[in-house]
Amino acid sequence: MNYEKRTFSGGTHIQDFKEFTNSLETQEAKAPAKVYIPMSMHIGAPSKPLVAVGDLVKMGQKIGESQGFVSVPAHASVSGKVIGFKQLPVPNGRMADCVVIENDFKDEWLEGLIQPEQNPQALDAKEIGARVLEAGIVGMGGATFPSHVKYAPSKEGKKADHIILNGIECEPFLTADHRIMLERPERIIAGLKYMMKLADCPKGVIAIEENKMDAFELMIRLTEQDSTIETIVCKEKYPQGSEKQLINAVTGREVPPGGLPMDVNVIVNNVGTAAAVADAVEFRRPLIDRIVTLNGNGIVRPMNYRVRIGTLYKDLIEENGEVIGDIVKVISGGPMMGFAVYTMEIPVMKGTSGILVFNEESQVLKREEEGPCVRCARCVDACPMGLEPTTIVKAAKRRDWAKTKACDVTSCIECGSCAYVCPSMIPLVHYIRLAKQYVTSKDGNGAVNPFLV
Amino acid sequence: MIQAIVILAVMGGIFGAVLAVASKKLAVETDPRVDEVLSVLPGANCGACGFPGCAGLANAIVNEGAPINACVPGKEKVAKEIAAIMGLNAAPETVRKVAQLHCNGTFDNTKPLYEYKGVMDCHLAVTQFGGPSYCYYGCIGLGSCEQVCPFDAIHIGENRLPVVDTSACVGCGICANQCPQKILQIVPINKQVHVRCNNRDKGKKAMDTCKVSCISCGICVKNCPEGAITLLESKAGSVAVIDYDKCTSCGICVAKCPRKSIHLDPPIDPELTICEQPKEPEGCAACAAKSVCGLH
Ligand code: SF4
Ligand code: SF4
Ligand code: SF4
Ligand code: SF4
Repeated sequence: MNYEKRTFSGGTHIQDFKEFTNSLETQEAKAPAKVYIPMSMHIGAPSKPLVAVGDLVKMGQKIGESQGFVSVPAHASVSGKVIGFKQLPVPNGRMADCVVIENDFKDEWLEGLIQPEQNPQALDAKEIGARVLEAGIVGMGGATFPSHVKYAPSKEGKKADHIILNGIECEPFLTADHRIMLERPERIIAGLKYMMKLADCPKGVIAIEENKMDAFELMIRLTEQDSTIETIVCKEKYPQGSEKQLINAVTGREVPPGGLPMDVNVIVNNVGTAAAVADAVEFRRPLIDRIVTLNGNGIVRPMNYRVRIGTLYKDLIEENGEVIGDIVKVISGGPMMGFAVYTMEIPVMKGTSGILVFNEESQVLKREEEGPCVRCARCVDACPMGLEPTTIVKAAKRRDWAKTKACDVTSCIECGSCAYVCPSMIPLVHYIRLAKQYVTSKDGNGAVNPFLV
Repeated sequence: MIQAIVILAVMGGIFGAVLAVASKKLAVETDPRVDEVLSVLPGANCGACGFPGCAGLANAIVNEGAPINACVPGKEKVAKEIAAIMGLNAAPETVRKVAQLHCNGTFDNTKPLYEYKGVMDCHLAVTQFGGPSYCYYGCIGLGSCEQVCPFDAIHIGENRLPVVDTSACVGCGICANQCPQKILQIVPINKQVHVRCNNRDKGKKAMDTCKVSCISCGICVKNCPEGAITLLESKAGSVAVIDYDKCTSCGICVAKCPRKSIHLDPPIDPELTICEQPKEPEGCAACAAKSVCGLH
């Protein structure tokens, strides 16, 4: 069948490296002997620990209470005993307070959880919203924005007329969303239905990139009968999965600079989030695990794993097998927008979509010396936000921050398309980040050590 | 031919007349003192005064009542000249100030946390665990200070820490403001005792980080006869800090500090500025005649 392929302007084609894992069934990772549950796995205020050392906890038990509106609770991902608190590094470059739980390997759920709701269709929006918050659900594509906040009535009385489920997964290597669409499509659709009810929104869209035709065809088949849900295919182009670009491709609307999707009456959520919502509403199942793609040339058996939140990268990689060669880089998330981390003692969090482990032979990491700009304008063509990266970067190198501001540097979504296409290997995004720091910092002096403030 | 010349001549005459009238009618009154003040300012456009360049300050002094000693690098010499132009009394002389670094985390004293690969700027590295050094609070050593110094007075040395050239530093404070670790401080040049650490951890944790870390033991605080040294508490923890108004450079804390985090520096000659140093003239006659700092 031929479908119209939607897309946005700008962007670039990148090699996707998905063939390693996209046809392999997701495996259940062993629950580790100890889990480290960070109290801030989401954007917003960290949760407040509810347990003390020595407490016995059950699986799914709330161990961190949300603090304020933009915050979510955290839950125990294993049953066992709380043995302490520890500060661990997390990918965003900070330290997070973690509750350490020693696993008793009984996997006992807290009573009252995991019981199917008799008549989930009868639940009203208020109850659905409460269950989403209670389950600690955040955006699982990586942004980790608390989901209940997206669905809270907006101050200006805006209402969504589209809920877009993001099944694009345009980052290379990652196939977690692809696998969940193939393995749990009914859960995704059910979750979308609850989200539509929650937002009182008449239309749901599932958007899938053309390199996942199997998932697309499956979804089309399952949603054919439902006139409120549309499944569409998008061109394979980076960064198709970025919120603003996806909204543009699906609805033709343009999110204003500095604005949110709600400004154009759209809510975007990841497909994994939808499945988690369905579990939360129908089973009161808190978010205690997620699918993580483990890949990179340092990994023996590239694979998608269903991993308990709080599992250390180290434990997961160990379960996979001996690493190959000297590991020189570990990336949390995808290679384009993920974070390089310096240790494997980092816990899997709600937003961890992938762990990529590379040794020194990796072609992906090869990067030559930065050369002078040859004014080819490839970066300008590639920028999905319509910026002129080369102009911004030239100003940033002169430390002319006013000029970078005039060039609208704050609109940059840091997708890395410009740096990817630059024939002179200029790390454009680094300079742009520097410029953003200066433009957005209150005193105009750039970033300050996060440990000091 | 003749016709063309006549037409051009007439047009030239008309435009000339229009311009002559316009320049009279539309003339903007400028206070001649603005130009005079501008002529005595160093012309470095360093921005340390907080105004957009020397011209901005000149205008502000004459028209907005900005202080006559606002030019940091110009110091009292320039302030006096401005005072003469403005018909005011010059501010009392003050001691010259220079930048001091509160870290001694050299390659030998601390270790790397990770290898930083990216654009060499402390601001970019600091967002990842406070920089590639094992100490979250110490100097990152990628030289943002060196890049922003308008007087070429601070340079990353061999052991990765910046070294201030006290003969060239004018104490403008630009590096101190921009350092993402906030470990540069502008200090009177006659002060000799400095805490060379910014680590906020206490006890063992600080000890493991670096060989010369302040561990917040407070021995210096107890021993200072002037009460000049305190433990500065912040959300991150605490570190010893000297109040330079009280410090007499007696050096007792230096001897008592079990971690050798406080240093007693040799005195710096405040008169020795880069201009007094013998210097071979460089470039063509016009450039060579100008001094390096633009002040003398
Ligand atoms: S792609 Fe690179 S070389 Fe080409 S214009 Fe942009 S910055 Fe310059
Ligand atoms: S412990 Fe002190 S001296 Fe050592 S690197 Fe950190 S701030 Fe610098
Ligand atoms: S003093 Fe500050 S700006 Fe200079 S190299 Fe050290 S951390 Fe960077
Ligand atoms: S070293 Fe710092 S204070 Fe001294 S002149 Fe340079 S920027 Fe100004």
